[in-house]
Amino acid sequence: MLRNKQRVKLRRWLEWWRTCNLPSMFALTGRQILGATLLTSTEWPLWEIFIRSQHGLAHKHVGSLHAPDAEMAMRNARDVYTRRNEGTSIWAVKSSDITASSPGEKDSLFEPANSKIYRHPTFYEVPEEIKHI
Amino acid sequence: MSSVGPLFQYLLRLGDNCLIMGQRLSEWCGHGPALEEDLALTNVALDLIGQARMWLSYAGEVEGAGRNEDQLAFLRDAGDFRNVLLVEQPNGNFAETVARQFFFDTWHYFLLRDLLRSANSRIAEVAEKSIKEVTYHVRRSADWVVRLGDGTRESHAKMQVAVDTLWSYTGELFASDSVDEALQEQGVSFALTGLREPWFAHVRSVLDEATLTFPAEAWMQRGGKQGVHTEHLGYMLAQMQFLQRAYPGAQW
Repeated sequence: MLRNKQRVKLRRWLEWWRTCNLPSMFALTGRQILGATLLTSTEWPLWEIFIRSQHGLAHKHVGSLHAPDAEMAMRNARDVYTRRNEGTSIWAVKSSDITASSPGEKDSLFEPANSKIYRHPTFYEVPEEIKHI
Repeated sequence: MSSVGPLFQYLLRLGDNCLIMGQRLSEWCGHGPALEEDLALTNVALDLIGQARMWLSYAGEVEGAGRNEDQLAFLRDAGDFRNVLLVEQPNGNFAETVARQFFFDTWHYFLLRDLLRSANSRIAEVAEKSIKEVTYHVRRSADWVVRLGDGTRESHAKMQVAVDTLWSYTGELFASDSVDEALQEQGVSFALTGLREPWFAHVRSVLDEATLTFPAEAWMQRGGKQGVHTEHLGYMLAQMQFLQRAYPGAQW
């Protein structure tokens, strides 16, 4: 149950929303939003999308999306992430296929490297012409 | 309006097909069956509206009456629109939108492929810009037809109904009139009947793959190209043109 204060806030917001008088194409009802969310979250698996922006660069994680299979994940990636000339290549990977390090292991995984300065290539000068390092 | 040459009429047809199809698709904005599909539909809508701008601005130049693409889009009444009836049909359910899009995209692709070798260099240029986008549209809509047709029992049934319902609007795509013939003589456009065979072949193979039944021969609706429209167009224009009609010359 909403508390009184929240309820007043919600009503004010709804009233404001109605005064906006938006054309019907923008007037989403709560149920439609919920429907869309449920459909995507319970039926379609999640995919992580990687895009290579230029030749010579590595693929970079740009975000995720829902799709029923690999082919559609690719198509959706094109529509969601590459419509402004962003990419030359797309990778789509099922999110469930990614093994991620746990935040709790942060110290044991990454701390030792930081404490040994000789491991860091900070004693070399990188020529200016060399990019993407 | 009819006193202006066939080239102007022809450009209106090309432009209005894209404009009305794009506007129809944009009605899905915020209502798509999934967020990703919502974006995809509106991307296609934007592609088509971009193409409509190119056709209509050229139409305005050809007419020479000082009308630009915006005035042609927002200040003409339904009777002056020259789009085929197929593109003004309501979105209906998602299967109907998919069927309409599939029929249109397939035809649009073959049409543009012909126009690449138009004797009118401006038309060939716009066709070349458009066909890249349309190649993607065709792939996308055919894929949806297969997914829904060869999907669940319910999606199959809805897809079949959609194909059957919209079938009577496909005949107009291949029907020529005096405007088409005048331009075909000049090598600007090409026989529409020539699109029939590749269109049928592609539609048949996709429907087969989708386990859908190819519709039987039927009586075909026509009239859109001559300005005789279904009642849906008027309502659609009322919404599309409201702002420019109520606040003439309003700028973004």
